[in-house]
Amino acid sequence: MTAVDAPAVPGGTPAATPRAPRGRAGLLAVAVVLVLAAVPFFLAPFATTTLTRILVFALFAVSLDLLVGVTGLPSLGHAAYFGAGAYAAGWVSINVTAQAPVPLLVGAAVGAVAAALTGWITVRSAGVFFLMLTLAIGESVQQLANTWDSVTGGANGLTGVPSVRIAGEPLTNAGFVYWYVLAVFLLGFAIVWLVARSPFGAALRGIRDNEPRMRALGYPTALYKYGVFVLAGGVAGIAGSLLAAQARFVALSDLGFLTASFALLAVIIGGAGSLWGACLGAALVILIRDALGPSLDGHGTLVLGVVFVLVVYLLPRGAAGFRLPRRNRS
Amino acid sequence: MLVSVLNGLAIGSLLFILAVGLSLVFGMMDVLNLAHGALFLGGAYLGATFSGSWGGFLAAFGIAAVGGLVAGALLSLMTAPLRRRSHLDQALLTLGVAFVVAELLIIAFGDDPLSAAAPPALDGSVTVLGAVYPTYRLVLIGVGAVLAVAVYLVVERTRVGALVRATVADREMVAAVGIDNRLVTTAVFAVGSLLATTAGVLGGPIYGARPGLDATVLILALVVVVIGGLGSVRGALVGALIIGQVDTLGRVLLPELASFVLFGALALVLVLRPQGLFGGPASVGAR
Repeated sequence: MTAVDAPAVPGGTPAATPRAPRGRAGLLAVAVVLVLAAVPFFLAPFATTTLTRILVFALFAVSLDLLVGVTGLPSLGHAAYFGAGAYAAGWVSINVTAQAPVPLLVGAAVGAVAAALTGWITVRSAGVFFLMLTLAIGESVQQLANTWDSVTGGANGLTGVPSVRIAGEPLTNAGFVYWYVLAVFLLGFAIVWLVARSPFGAALRGIRDNEPRMRALGYPTALYKYGVFVLAGGVAGIAGSLLAAQARFVALSDLGFLTASFALLAVIIGGAGSLWGACLGAALVILIRDALGPSLDGHGTLVLGVVFVLVVYLLPRGAAGFRLPRRNRS
Repeated sequence: MLVSVLNGLAIGSLLFILAVGLSLVFGMMDVLNLAHGALFLGGAYLGATFSGSWGGFLAAFGIAAVGGLVAGALLSLMTAPLRRRSHLDQALLTLGVAFVVAELLIIAFGDDPLSAAAPPALDGSVTVLGAVYPTYRLVLIGVGAVLAVAVYLVVERTRVGALVRATVADREMVAAVGIDNRLVTTAVFAVGSLLATTAGVLGGPIYGARPGLDATVLILALVVVVIGGLGSVRGALVGALIIGQVDTLGRVLLPELASFVLFGALALVLVLRPQGLFGGPASVGAR
């Protein structure tokens, strides 16, 4: 039980803050974090690794939910920032240092900078136009990674990423990697959660519901959208650095169209705007892709496509729509 | 240089065939059909499977045309129940369909890239102003030009075209006048999908058929449509010609940055004219 305490702390703080009526939700959050922290003691290494992958993808999906659910900007190119963070973290780990916070910070910075470089054009649009633009940008970034093979390894991917080191010790055990990923996931989740609850987050929801009115009220909506786009890119970059730490390999497909649309699928399954829903959606996507996929001869995408179609018809507001009808809708 | 310009024209006419369907479907029904690229890939696999003879080429063409019509009608029926929901839901539905179609194509035709030969007599090359150039691509430019004229005449000069334009402009008013616009929209969706699948067959000798091609092609078509303006035939033509030239010239002059040249063209147009070159002001802003 000694190992349980340490990683529980970063998640416990934000989860405990909700006011009295939401005390049960806070308790539930603490319980979930405790269970997650204790998992490596009970599960086989393979299951732990799968759960690690889920956490990585969940943080990525949560960062996308900040755009899709909170701000109402449906992105199909968010994997560009996830992949950019993963490549940057992997490259730094190979060529400079794999010492713990460095790949993480580099991944976050590169994700945010990539989002800042491309975001000024995307935030000028909304709705389906935003979808198209982000799709085009994501594809451009993937092609750039393909041609720039001196840094990214091109079509072969970035191989030989060393283990993350904490205090000089490399994390080779699957359980330790899991705890590292869990701690960073909780940190990233807390950042997004706090932003979504802040006045800034309230303004973003206002933009989602009625942008002209927010503009009339004097909010610089384009600036707000740009800000959240860069922030979401940064969090996606953090998730990317976790990917590099977990898989120790970055592939071109990690910043491609499929990855971006799976993240969008995770957000939609969970119910756009619900951060925990996005995590559940991510779990489902990864389970189908990585756990069920190999037994289907690698055709997990087929199942995910069917799930996508079903979710659009049957769950217009995602899994979160079941239990939280009072949440304001998009 | 001349070869590059001709290549740009060939790619441009292919893109026009692809993008005009996407543009009309979006303009008429506000459905962004993300399965458009998967339909193209279906046509490309058909073309690659039957390639080598005129009979095979025409058979692929016929099957692709019928398949495209059926697929478009199905997609139209599938998106109909979502018409009262946001346009995003419809786009997501077509995205799911695109996954399913692309995976089924991989299961049917395998993971390996296939190449398609041009039909006999078109697979050679001719000399154009001193430069040797593949005959098939010249024919493709011709087909694109003929099709552009045909689509333009149908949309601008016929009764059906007037109906299509009226539906783009104001769907409710068309319905109020007493025309069953569900029939019109289904027909346009079917024809738009037909254009996508036949573009796949036509593009086979240039692009081949491989997993992932659907996304590449879809993005090129989206860029064309965004640059040209949604729902505009003229916009799709001009956008396709511009992107054809920009893409090929970019690959020749700046091979490392080819994708960013494309993105740069898109960004430039959007900064100067957010609604696209030929888009009406009403088509933007409306989600």
